[in-house]
Amino acid sequence: MRSALSLTPARLLLLIALLAAGVAAPLVAPAYQSQATELLLFIVFALAWDLVGGQMGYNSFGNVLFVGLGMYVSAIVQVGLFYNVGLYTEAKGGGTAFVFDAPQFLTGLAVGIPAAALASALAAWLLGSLVLTMRGHYFAICTLGLGIAAGQIAAGIPWIGAGSGMLTPNPPADLGNVGVLLYYLALGLAASCAASFAWLLSTPFGLALNAIRDDEDKAEAMGVRTHAAKVTAWVIAAAFLGAAGAIYGNLVRFIDPTETAFAGATIGVWMILMALLGGKGTLLGPIVGAVVFQLTKELTWTYLIGWQRVALGLLIVAVAVFFPEGIVGFVTERFGGKRGRPAPEEQAP
Amino acid sequence: MTAMLELADVTKTFGGVVANDKVNLRVEQGAIVGLIGPNGSGKTTLFNAITGAHPIDSGSIRFKGREIATLLCGEIARAGIIRTFQQPRLYRRMSVEANMAVSASIRTASFGGLFRRGATGAEARAAELLDFVGLAAKHDVPAGDLSFGQQKLLELAMALANDPELLLLDEPTAGVNPKLVESLIDRLKEANRRGLTLLVIEHNMPAIMGLAEHIYCLAHGRLLADGPPHAIKRDPRVLDAYLGAA
Repeated sequence: MRSALSLTPARLLLLIALLAAGVAAPLVAPAYQSQATELLLFIVFALAWDLVGGQMGYNSFGNVLFVGLGMYVSAIVQVGLFYNVGLYTEAKGGGTAFVFDAPQFLTGLAVGIPAAALASALAAWLLGSLVLTMRGHYFAICTLGLGIAAGQIAAGIPWIGAGSGMLTPNPPADLGNVGVLLYYLALGLAASCAASFAWLLSTPFGLALNAIRDDEDKAEAMGVRTHAAKVTAWVIAAAFLGAAGAIYGNLVRFIDPTETAFAGATIGVWMILMALLGGKGTLLGPIVGAVVFQLTKELTWTYLIGWQRVALGLLIVAVAVFFPEGIVGFVTERFGGKRGRPAPEEQAP
Repeated sequence: MTAMLELADVTKTFGGVVANDKVNLRVEQGAIVGLIGPNGSGKTTLFNAITGAHPIDSGSIRFKGREIATLLCGEIARAGIIRTFQQPRLYRRMSVEANMAVSASIRTASFGGLFRRGATGAEARAAELLDFVGLAAKHDVPAGDLSFGQQKLLELAMALANDPELLLLDEPTAGVNPKLVESLIDRLKEANRRGLTLLVIEHNMPAIMGLAEHIYCLAHGRLLADGPPHAIKRDPRVLDAYLGAA
């Protein structure tokens, strides 16, 4: 565990190279900027799902709840700081009455994203205290219901546009390409998510999460504060999901309650698929999974239009059949897995 | 003086089956107490009752004078009572080392303490315990890949690393390499000299006779007899219970 995460010089170099590539990407390949931003957000989705689903063994099908909540909260804050939200959604966000100048737009983002993280964390704390007392399938089904319910509730609130959705503030023209800004925000979020998870998993807290995954009753009998650990993990994951949702909302601009915000059938499933594809319960797995998934998704969306869902379905089947431990799990098992060190050889007299 | 652990009239029924019937038991601070009895006599049920794995129907369980019968499993563990299981329970996908690390000092740590790395000397102690149970070379193997006996030993090492005040052992020598049993007994005695109080379920008669100072014998959920090992060994009621006489 510790060795898998420790920072060797080679790993540090690789990390710096990756970060440099991330920083340079919008300059090198501006055409793929929105796909790259989406990828970075997917990495956050997959990592956050895996903290609870992979490391702690609580398979949540409702994490999209925190994504959607973050999306709405950020949009509401971004608009509400300067205009009446109800009037804004009624006018479908457009028109000349609702113009955001550069300082307003940037302030909105600066307040909206942290507010989204906070709101999702709070929701996770409140819901987690109840939901995390359930285990296995009960937890999975319950969270699935939560995600769907959230979408239906959002679709019934006229203040945030009800079923016809809500637009995030229109970026002012003098700001130039806001996509670049969103890209760097997503990069910062993904990097801080990976870094903070790497740190978390190196502490006894990380071990406690793994212990809960393997045998929660045993952990309880050994004195681990399992409930507090579970709720804390969910709150941390939700905070990142909320912030990612806030950026995602601004990326797609239009927030549909069930198709974008609480999109259980797409993002909700994708984040699980990405974690499984890369390797559940590893730090690297969700990141690798998100990259492979986003590539597959974009390629099939481009070249196999009409068949993209089929391709995605095949991908799910392929993962389940050929890589049950994910790509990272498969690679570690094949090349230098944990097989224990051989017994020390007898010293010749 | 109050005993470390005091059970008074503990009763537990499952439907019509009386698993524990008004059991009274005392474990003094610093003692090694044995709990014997034929299969199905209610020994493990009693352990479950003490550790809060299931609620008892009536009676009282006091730990250092405090009533713990109504506490939850985790609260009892944090109060200082740790147990091992007859079928070893480990964190199967975690390495042997990680199993030890998560057991050491996690009980007494505050929740915030979980976010601090490198606890005091816990690693050295864990390594020493692993060395003792002969699992040092397997430190990075997933615990679930160990043999039954090794799992049993790892669970014991985890319990010792946890540093409880009272340790309940459910058949610690079952499935363990016979060559190791003697040194295991010595190790338990040594831990006891350092202040650990032990309550041990055991079917291995020579082992428990050599280990315990006082032995309780259960049969059909009732306390049959108790006394020092040499007296228990000759008690006709105990012999009858084991040999199946009327």
